[in-house]
Amino acid sequence: MSHAVIKKTLISMAIAGAATLAQADVVIGVAGPHTGAYAAFGEQLWKGAEQAAKDINKAGGINGEMIKLVKADDACEPKQAVSIANRLVDSDDAVAVIGHFCSSSTQPASNIYAEAGVLMITPASTNPTITDRGLPNVFRVCGRDDQQGDVAATYIVDKLHAKRVAIIHDKDTYGKGLADAMKASLNAYGTKEVMYEGLTRGEKDFNALVTKIRSVNADVVYFGGLHSEAGPLVRQLREQGSKAIFMSGDGIVSDEFVTVAGGPQYVKGVMMTFGANPMSYPSGKEVVKEFRAEGYEPEGYTLYSYTAMQVAAAALSHANLDPIKGAEWLHANSIDTVMGKKAFDAKGDLTVSDYVMYQWDDKGKYHQID
Amino acid sequence: MDIVLQQLVNGLTLGSVYGLIAIGYTMVYGIIGMINFAHGDVYMVSAYLTAISIALLTFFGVESFPFIIFGALVFTIVITGAYGWVIERVAYRPLRNSSRLSVLISAIGMSLILQNYVQLSQGPNQQGVPTLITGAFRFHIGDGYVQITYMKVLILLIALAGMGILTYIIQKTKLGRMCRATQQDRKMASILGIDTDKVISSVFVIGSAMAALAGVLVTLDYGAFDFYIGFIMGIKAFTAAVLGGIGSLPGAMLGGLILGLSESLFAGLVSSDYKDVFSFSLLVLILIIRPSGLLGKPAVEKV
Repeated sequence: MSHAVIKKTLISMAIAGAATLAQADVVIGVAGPHTGAYAAFGEQLWKGAEQAAKDINKAGGINGEMIKLVKADDACEPKQAVSIANRLVDSDDAVAVIGHFCSSSTQPASNIYAEAGVLMITPASTNPTITDRGLPNVFRVCGRDDQQGDVAATYIVDKLHAKRVAIIHDKDTYGKGLADAMKASLNAYGTKEVMYEGLTRGEKDFNALVTKIRSVNADVVYFGGLHSEAGPLVRQLREQGSKAIFMSGDGIVSDEFVTVAGGPQYVKGVMMTFGANPMSYPSGKEVVKEFRAEGYEPEGYTLYSYTAMQVAAAALSHANLDPIKGAEWLHANSIDTVMGKKAFDAKGDLTVSDYVMYQWDDKGKYHQID
Repeated sequence: MDIVLQQLVNGLTLGSVYGLIAIGYTMVYGIIGMINFAHGDVYMVSAYLTAISIALLTFFGVESFPFIIFGALVFTIVITGAYGWVIERVAYRPLRNSSRLSVLISAIGMSLILQNYVQLSQGPNQQGVPTLITGAFRFHIGDGYVQITYMKVLILLIALAGMGILTYIIQKTKLGRMCRATQQDRKMASILGIDTDKVISSVFVIGSAMAALAGVLVTLDYGAFDFYIGFIMGIKAFTAAVLGGIGSLPGAMLGGLILGLSESLFAGLVSSDYKDVFSFSLLVLILIIRPSGLLGKPAVEKV
């Protein structure tokens, strides 16, 4: 190498170094439904990520660089998810994204992050196809719907001994995916559903569907979808006098479920699958205390979002802020988080899933039951 | 048998709500020939007003259910009517003599303004009202039963009364006569001394009041709403208005009932996945056979 070339290289390295120094923040997007009918979940994601970023920054940031969060609102609309994903990548220069929430938004957005080489960690999207497509930059810190559906099916067959199961879904990626996964497991255990139908997201009148559920004498109604439809559905079931057990997945984990159902008297007895209580891990005690000190109960996906931020920060710090190298590192190593030790398989799924059954009580709270 | 009867009850209550909202579309179209796309959002505003009025009434110590419901109805209808008046004044009257397209765009803009205004001022979350009326009639038929909640009965009765009062106003009162005259020929009506601007304003107020009636009833029944409920409800009610013949008052009510019944019966007896496909196919079919809807009058081109 000639002297001149070395000199040039040194200069360019110096410039590059200066550029890195000038950009002193690590930009991380928090993408989810911050407005719209599912805004309660967006709030959980934001609160968790915000607290995690605050704690990481207090401890010195990622390799000395401060995390700067950017809120990106997809309103659970796939189209909007794509446009905000482009915005995060192009104009915000995000290196990592915590999100999205709805699987139907996460799926198209993840393609954009993959092209741009941005690390994506979803705290909540459970549809199997999110990680099944082999994108190297996609991870999730929650379980998969096939695992979740299987827990529900096993419970229906082994504990409830129910023979007549009606399966309802909301025709969306998450809801139908979960309902299909549950149906597949149920059929594998030798029980055939008596009804399998979809409803329309955004509607509030499901009386016709409820009458049909009554007409097939269902013992169990399994619903794949979110609380804004689950609430009216369970209320109208009870109003028409049906006593069938109502069971759903992690799409109804929000206090708002009680509000939309019209009060605790309607949600009483509703069952749902969700990860083992995220607040129960010893490593998360301090953080839960911190949240409560600020008057916020870290319910639902709040701690998942916190965990996702910790995972992203760990990956970025080990790869010197390179998201692609960070993703490689994540596939091979495990991370200590507020929800215990997390490790990822080759697809980006957690190596251990922890779905358990919960039940809502007559005060509008949920408890683990097994 | 019991299932079919239950589906008829479901369809009737849903259909009467569609009908009430469809009235607003059909009256406005009849009188100024525009489609008021903000009407669904006026209905949405009335849902929020219902919750606010219930909160206010309980705050002032009113605890008897009939008073709360009556108070909520009066409060919501008056304020929603005011919304209708303001919307017409602000967004449509300045465009009275411009092309139809401008008014249409203005209506879409108004719809977005209302949605975003409510989202920003009331928050984007799902909202709910407490259940005021519980309990139901149960009729046993053979092995099965038909169950009708008291709330559903109330919806049917109040919707029927609302439609009755409206028909009386349009057919028997001076205001109704002025409305009908303006609908037939706005220019001639104004030459004969009718203040057509005032008539158009009152049509907006009446349409909004009907949407408010539906808003109170639906909010009390389902108990849940958000700033986006106006969209689907607006589309359904607009469909009902077109189905019955846009511009025709009995047509709107009939269209609402047909739409509600066809949705319920199809969802209940065939498949709920395809109920909207069925309803809209029915709309296409009816429009092919009767282009101006079931009770609509064919448009006569004036030369």
